[in-house]
Amino acid sequence: MSIKDIYQAVIDFNNAKVVELVKHELANGTDVSTILNDGLIAAMDEVGRLFSEGELFVPEMLRSAQAMKAGLDELKPLLAQSAAKSAGTIVIGTVKGDLHDIGKNLVAMMMEGAGFDVIDLGVDVDTEKFVKTAKEKNANVICMSALLTTTMPGMEEVIKAVKAQGLDIKTMVGGAPVTQEFANKIGADGYAEDAPGAVEKARELASA
Amino acid sequence: MIVVGELINASRKPIKEAIETQNADYIKQIAKEQHEAGANYIDVNAGIFVGKEPEYLQWLVKNVQEVVDGPCCIDSPDPKAIEAALAVHKGTPMINSISLEKERYDALLPIIAGTDYKVVALCMSDGGMPETTEDRLKIADELINGLVKNNIPIDNIYVDPLVQPIGTNSNFGIEFLNAVEAIMTRFKGVHTMCGLSNISYGLPNRKFLNQAFAIMAIAKGLDGLIINPLDKQMMAGLIAAEALAGRDDFCCNYLGAFRAGKFEF
Repeated sequence: MSIKDIYQAVIDFNNAKVVELVKHELANGTDVSTILNDGLIAAMDEVGRLFSEGELFVPEMLRSAQAMKAGLDELKPLLAQSAAKSAGTIVIGTVKGDLHDIGKNLVAMMMEGAGFDVIDLGVDVDTEKFVKTAKEKNANVICMSALLTTTMPGMEEVIKAVKAQGLDIKTMVGGAPVTQEFANKIGADGYAEDAPGAVEKARELASA
Repeated sequence: MIVVGELINASRKPIKEAIETQNADYIKQIAKEQHEAGANYIDVNAGIFVGKEPEYLQWLVKNVQEVVDGPCCIDSPDPKAIEAALAVHKGTPMINSISLEKERYDALLPIIAGTDYKVVALCMSDGGMPETTEDRLKIADELINGLVKNNIPIDNIYVDPLVQPIGTNSNFGIEFLNAVEAIMTRFKGVHTMCGLSNISYGLPNRKFLNQAFAIMAIAKGLDGLIINPLDKQMMAGLIAAEALAGRDDFCCNYLGAFRAGKFEF
C-alpha cells in the first residue's frame, strides 16, 4: 500500500478504503502533509481535471469529494501539529437577494478538496457579512456566486467595499450569468467557469 | 398542455449576439419557427443584460409579435423589465415569474393583481430553495392563496415547483414529481409548469433525461412546459404522454399528430 492507493481510492470514490488507507499510512509514520498533498489533494486535482475535460460528471465529483473528506477527517486532529500548510482561507457565499446554491456548493467543496480553509456563508449574503467575515478570518479570497442577473450588482458592491477599506483580500466571481467580461468590468480579481477552474484561480490569487 | 418556447433567451449565445447587433430578423425567425412547431407562448428573456434588460426585453416582444400572432411569456425577475415589455405586448401575456421571496413578491404583485395575465408562480421563498415535496407544497399554498386573494383567477396560475438537479441529490427528481401531484390534487383548477434542463445539470445525455422527466411529470398532472418546441422527439413524447395519462379524449390529439406527421423524425 502507498500514497498512490489513497489517490486512487479517492478517484474511485471509495470512502471506506480512503479511511482505511489513511489510517494505515499514519500508523506507518507517513508525514501528514504527504498524505494530504500527494494523496487526497492530488486526487481531487485529477478529479477536477477529468471533470473539466468532460470525463467525469457532477455526481462523481461529489462522491470523490466525499471520499476525500472522509480521509481529511482522519487527518484533521493531526494537521495543527504537522508541517502541512493550508492553501489559504476562502470566504464564499451567494450574494444578497439570491438563493441559488448548487454551483456555490460545488465550488466550496472543490476548494476544500484543494486544501483551502473554506468559510461558507450560505446564500443571500450581504456586503457587510462578506467583508466582516473575511477580515475576521484573515481570508485570502472572497468568492461570490450569483445566478440571477438582478443580484449580480451585489458582487460589485463587495468589491468596492474591499477596495474602499484598502483590504488585502482578493475577490472572485462566478455563476451561470457571470462572464469574464463582467468580472473585468466590476474589477474582480478572478473569474472561473467551473469549480475546478475556480480552484486553480484561487490558488493563483492566494499565492500572489 | 401549454408549451412555452424557450429559445429566445439571451443566455443562449446566438440570441445574445442577435440582441447585441439588433438583428431583428434572427429573432423573428426563431419566434416563427417555435410558433409553427406548436409553442403556445414565446418566452422572451434578456436577463444577461444588466441595466439594459428593460429596453432589450421590449425590443424582443415587439419583434416576436411582428411575426407571431400569439402571446409572449415575459421572463424576468425584474419588475422594470416586465413593465417595459408589457407596455408593447399585444394580447394576454404570461409573466414568468413571481415567487414568495418577499422583495420579488411585493414588487411584482401590483403589476399582476386584478389582471387576466397568466402567472408563473415559482416555488421559492426567502427560506431558500425547497428540497422536499412538503417544502414545495408549503410555498405553493402561500403563493396560490396570495395570488387568488389579489384577484388572479386560479386558472391563470401556473405553479413551478422548481426543478433541482438529480446530479447533486438523487431524490430531487421524485420530490419534484410528487409535488406536482400534490399541488394538482390539492388546489383544483391550478396548473403546474416548469423548465426541464435543471434536472439533468452535470450529467451527460441531458436530452434523454429531460424527455423522460417530462413524461413522468405529465403522468403526475403537469400541464405546462418551457421547452424547445423544435425538438420533435420531445414534442411527440408530450403528445403520447398526455394520451397515456388520460388527457386526450378518444386519442384525438394523438391521432391528429400522427396524421400531421409529428411522429416521423
